Amino acid sequence: MSTVVLLTMTGLGLGALYFLVASGLSLIFGLMDVLNFAHGALLSVGAYAAWWGASNGFGYPLALLFGTGVGTVAAVALELGLIRPLYQRPREQVLATVGVGLAVPALLSAIWGADARTFPVPGVLAGTFTVLGAAVPVNRLVLIGAALLVLLALKLFLGRTRHGLVVRAGVEDRAMVTALGIDVRKAFTLVFAIGGAAAALAGSLAGLYFGSVDPTQGSSLLIFGFVVVVMGGLGSVSGAALACVVVGLVQQFANYYTTSGLGDLAVVVMLAALLLVRPSGLTGRLA
Amino acid sequence: MTAFALRRRWWPALALVVLAMVPYSAVPLPGLLDGPIGSPGSLQLLALCLVFGALATGYDLLLGRTGLLSFGHALYFAAGTYATDLLLTHAGLGFWAAAGVGLLAGVVLSALLGSVSLRVSGIGFAMVTLAFAQAGSILVQRDPGGVTGGEEGLAATGLPSWAVGIQHTANLYWIALAYLVLTLAAVQWAVRSPIGRVWEGIKENERRVEVLGLRPYGFKLVAFVLAGTLAALGGIVYLLLTGGATPQATSSDFTLSLLVMVVLGGSGTRWGPLVGGVLYTWAQHRLAGLAGSGTIAGLPTALRVPLSQPLFLLGVLFVIVVYALPGGVAGLPARLRRAQA
Amino acid sequence: MTTSAPLLAVRGLKVVIGGRHILHGVDLDVAPSGVTALLGRNGAGKTTTVRGVLGLLPRTGSVRYDGDETAGMTTHQLVRRGIGYVPEDRGIFAGLTVAENLRLAERDPDPAYDLVHELFPELKQRARQAAGTLSGGQQQMVAIGRALLNRSNRLIIADEPTKGLAPRIVTEVAFALERAAQAVPVLLVEQNLALVRRLAEHCVVLADGRTAHAGPAADLLADAEASRSLLGVGRRATTPLGPKGGDH
Repeated sequence: MSTVVLLTMTGLGLGALYFLVASGLSLIFGLMDVLNFAHGALLSVGAYAAWWGASNGFGYPLALLFGTGVGTVAAVALELGLIRPLYQRPREQVLATVGVGLAVPALLSAIWGADARTFPVPGVLAGTFTVLGAAVPVNRLVLIGAALLVLLALKLFLGRTRHGLVVRAGVEDRAMVTALGIDVRKAFTLVFAIGGAAAALAGSLAGLYFGSVDPTQGSSLLIFGFVVVVMGGLGSVSGAALACVVVGLVQQFANYYTTSGLGDLAVVVMLAALLLVRPSGLTGRLA
Repeated sequence: MTAFALRRRWWPALALVVLAMVPYSAVPLPGLLDGPIGSPGSLQLLALCLVFGALATGYDLLLGRTGLLSFGHALYFAAGTYATDLLLTHAGLGFWAAAGVGLLAGVVLSALLGSVSLRVSGIGFAMVTLAFAQAGSILVQRDPGGVTGGEEGLAATGLPSWAVGIQHTANLYWIALAYLVLTLAAVQWAVRSPIGRVWEGIKENERRVEVLGLRPYGFKLVAFVLAGTLAALGGIVYLLLTGGATPQATSSDFTLSLLVMVVLGGSGTRWGPLVGGVLYTWAQHRLAGLAGSGTIAGLPTALRVPLSQPLFLLGVLFVIVVYALPGGVAGLPARLRRAQA
Repeated sequence: MTTSAPLLAVRGLKVVIGGRHILHGVDLDVAPSGVTALLGRNGAGKTTTVRGVLGLLPRTGSVRYDGDETAGMTTHQLVRRGIGYVPEDRGIFAGLTVAENLRLAERDPDPAYDLVHELFPELKQRARQAAGTLSGGQQQMVAIGRALLNRSNRLIIADEPTKGLAPRIVTEVAFALERAAQAVPVLLVEQNLALVRRLAEHCVVLADGRTAHAGPAADLLADAEASRSLLGVGRRATTPLGPKGGDH
């Protein structure tokens, strides 16, 4: 029983991490039609910033905030400097993000080395928490809590604010939004900032979860982010959340009860199967 | 024919002859290469450049000629490498037999996965190819039954004697050159054929091709299998060159680097992907070598840090090219001509 | 041609899509008051002209709105100068509610909800309903309501607002357009000639991506031959060898 609980909590914790990555990706692709390959880089930037802060005397909460802030700034700079000028050239936009996704981990590698750097985990978060007889590491709970908060914040933003309304409409029909006199590019920057913040938060929390940061963390998490986005429906935050839970749980349980590695494989096969059964994706935006 | 036209038609053949003679030359290319051009180290690097130039050309068959964005091309390259390596090392097959099976593996795999992936188009297709490649990568890394060597890769034993040893580097170089010529010829021939014209139509506007009564699916599959086969062949050549198979070759990063090579050089052009592949490979190896040397270590930190990471430079260069030079390096002459006119 | 300066003046509008020339140089004037109808057979380029004018399609040529050249403007900048657009496919956001669809279109500090609810009481009743679940007619009401919401609008562009609607709804739409036209000029793309006859004072006819005719609507509709050749309607001439084409 306690194994099941532990697996569930770990699966949910991983799912939470994926959600933080995927929510931004989903909105960015849904609104802007940009497959943001630089998203992993934003995650890494957040991770390293948080690590740097935590290693230099910031308390963990401040380090977290710092990491998220730096990542958000990076995301906005990326959008304004690289993405916006390539408006109307969607393929070039994607390629530009590929370039950034290549360059940034290399830069991080150059500055801080390619090896993983230990993340200073504060004592209170390093222990375990007893849930239903299982000793669950506290960091799982932190991740799940963070993801739930972000999910709530996003739903409120999308459903209750005018900017969120613009984003929701833009995901459906960008051209019509401009035809109503709304400058949709402002929404782009906003969505990129939100995505960057979520990714950077994910990176900062990943340091906590894995106990270390390294330059390739971002890219490996990015792949799962893409998988979840495609499964959950592009532009749908709730869909992404649901997909993340499924993916996280399947991965953990499959990895434990079968030979290791099958869990990751199972996720990937799920994606392929889903796309073949419903080629247009869950929101009809893919084919 | 005028002298100019003659030069235009025959310079590739001339270039080929020059390239074939390289192992006999001792010309030093300071800065570009570590030793004289005919030395084993330089030949090895050149051979790698040629292989990746060919791989990029094959990849551009999908991207630049048919408009298919695949994130899983590495899988077929890896299939060639790993299948051949496994048969050589574990099953003790002779090289040619192993290579034959490796090539077959590439054909079968690309046909199978291609037929499935092409049922979706656009981003969906890109994602499915990514998923399949990721699955392959995971499979290789988890090392089922201990055969693939996991994260460290699998060094090949049982390679033919003419392929092993530093004194035979020239042989490997010539094989790489032959592979490049084969790829270029195959791609050119296919692109110029009636099938190639349909590919062009598909890239331009798939719906219009359908209206003409053709089913794009079959044509896209042909492109996919051809590119996959060429990639598998490249994998076999790569195995010879490096003496082993590594899981890095299965990663999505590998396919992304092919994408970078193609765009850098100029997608959809005859020589662009080759140029991009050569440039990228050279930069990656040469700069990594320079970084270790005294020249860069002595530079101030602000310069040393970025220069020590070839991927950083390549990434930045890539972004610049995407932004300012959409035709890639191959498009440069045309742009310069236009600017002068 | 109208005597007072047109609100929207288009000269030589060319649109090329995917290598194909759709518009070869359209000239169009929208009078500063009343309804100007944009007519022509299917495929003549009416919707393309509208989308080109708004900047939703890349185009060359001169488009002057209220005297200012719009060439460098983005769509949203142009629309903010007071254009209410009712697109051919209605452009409703299916995932948003009726109220949210309307709210998105608000630009004025005091939008004219009273007018919209007066014309289309159903929209008030169905305010919380997802717009994707509305009938075609109801969606059309939302689309038109959006254009009427901003009192500051100086021009309304409506692209086939009655297409595919039941006669009862067509009447409601016609009435709404009439009300709108009392306050601001309207550019109306339509195939429904009864509606054109009722509403339009001026008309411009497109054929094969060019302007084929411009003048008072009543004159064109009264001329059976011209109507037939330009719009493809009306009875055939009784003499088989009768003159083809109107004179203009």
